Amino acid sequence: MSNTLAIFKRELGAYFATPVAAVFIFIFLVALFAFTFGAGFFTGEPTDQADLQSFFLLHPWVFVLFIPAISMRLWSEERRVGTIELLMTLPITTFQAVLGKFLAAWCFVAISLALTFSIWFTVNYLGEPDNGVIFASYVGSLLMAGAYLSIGSFASALSKNQVIALVISVFICFGFVLAGMPVVLDPLSGFLPDSALNTIRSFSFLTHFEGISKGLIDLRNLIFFGSLMGCFLVANAAVVDFKKAS
Amino acid sequence: MIEIRNLSKRFGPLHAVEDLSFHVAKGEVLGFLGPNGAGKSTTMKMLTGFLEPSAGSASVCGHDVQKDPLAAKRNIGYLPEGAPLYGDMTPRGFLNFVAEIRGLSGAQRKARIDEVVDRVHIGGVMGQRIETLSKGFKRRVGLAQAILHDPPVLILDEPTDGLDPNQKHDVRALILEMAQDKCIVLSTHILEEVPAVCTRAIVIAKGKLRFDGTPEDMRRKAAGFGSISVQFASQVSSTDLEGLSGVQKVQAQPAGEGLTSFTVFPSGASNALESVTRAANDRNWNLTNISVDGGHLDEVFRQITAGSN
Repeated sequence: MSNTLAIFKRELGAYFATPVAAVFIFIFLVALFAFTFGAGFFTGEPTDQADLQSFFLLHPWVFVLFIPAISMRLWSEERRVGTIELLMTLPITTFQAVLGKFLAAWCFVAISLALTFSIWFTVNYLGEPDNGVIFASYVGSLLMAGAYLSIGSFASALSKNQVIALVISVFICFGFVLAGMPVVLDPLSGFLPDSALNTIRSFSFLTHFEGISKGLIDLRNLIFFGSLMGCFLVANAAVVDFKKAS
Repeated sequence: MIEIRNLSKRFGPLHAVEDLSFHVAKGEVLGFLGPNGAGKSTTMKMLTGFLEPSAGSASVCGHDVQKDPLAAKRNIGYLPEGAPLYGDMTPRGFLNFVAEIRGLSGAQRKARIDEVVDRVHIGGVMGQRIETLSKGFKRRVGLAQAILHDPPVLILDEPTDGLDPNQKHDVRALILEMAQDKCIVLSTHILEEVPAVCTRAIVIAKGKLRFDGTPEDMRRKAAGFGSISVQFASQVSSTDLEGLSGVQKVQAQPAGEGLTSFTVFPSGASNALESVTRAANDRNWNLTNISVDGGHLDEVFRQITAGSN
């Protein structure tokens, strides 16, 4: 546990040791706010409701690009610079290192998400939103971000090249988002049985996230994101062990 | 303290290390020599648990590196090849991170960090980002990290590579200082370093053990070891010298005008040096230069590893 904590602190510090954190957070916030207000403007459907639906519905899409950008350096950089040899010859297990790095990245995302608080102030100033729903949506968003991060961390272990890691994780994340959409399901419906289609649909981040963002923190959604993170982190550790010296 | 038994590592068709076995005891400083690509770093990586051997085993302080990696790693201080470091950290932050993982806390951590910082002389750069440091400082930060927890076993992959002569001297002095109560394995390309710091030398080439002995033993393997070079400012012939007691063979060497020069090979352990000097005295040969060949390590190194590049 203390080893994981030591790695967590080092990794989180690494984000803030360079301008990366400031640049990332700034652009993340600008992008989210711009799309939120822009989208509401373009759809032209004033709802007369003070809620953050349009804000949270963007998260799965914005995360597809932003989260892999956070996770891409986690292992690629260690392998490229050679510090992985230093790290993995310290008395720690591979999984402790994987978990420490993952939690640091997750904490960084949590900080970025927390900094969107002004939008919450705004809706509370303008009207009387259901703050329970907003809270649940934040929890769901953070969980989904964790799932994206575990994928990104896994992809980062696959290559010494951060760009390759980024591309691989964007691809996988995109697949998970699209899994529930007609664009994926329609072409497959011709030759796959309904049970298979339902299985694919059940892997969609959108379905699970929307469930939570309606204000209902359902155990099944928690288990979905939790087990997805677990699987990718275990795979991550296996890839690190396998590829660390190459 | 280190035991390597029939260790092998294959990368596809390449045998990086083949059936290597040796022991290193406390108090020994083992110089690990070999041409580039001989398998030195690969062996060190297996010894520190970074690489898994294809066959055989390694153990450190009685802990098998494969079966009980954490216990083995706790007893090892390791400086990997090229001393990789986290460039975005300061030496202070980095050493604190390593100390935390090494289980040092509170006053003990502070004391240990202060001590190693003092030993490797990096006190002046503790607050600077590592990526801005010179090569010499980076190497020393790497060394500080390796000795931070005062490990019984130190494994240093080219600790003096890229350092200037003064820094090399400092690092050697540090190694000698720690040698008594530790077991140290270091790899190097600088052969004059071997007699200066090592109590024992191992030469490998193409992954196989070629030599294991003291630096003195290694010198003895030189073709010209113990031969005597003499120069006279008078006319002496090789037959004159061949007639002396203890002389096995004499080779005339090119010399300047009015000079004669020879290489004298003694027979066995005889004292040819004494008979040559006495003869020079008795027969009024004007001796201008005489020296005994102590054996050149680089010559032996080439002899042992010939044909492996």
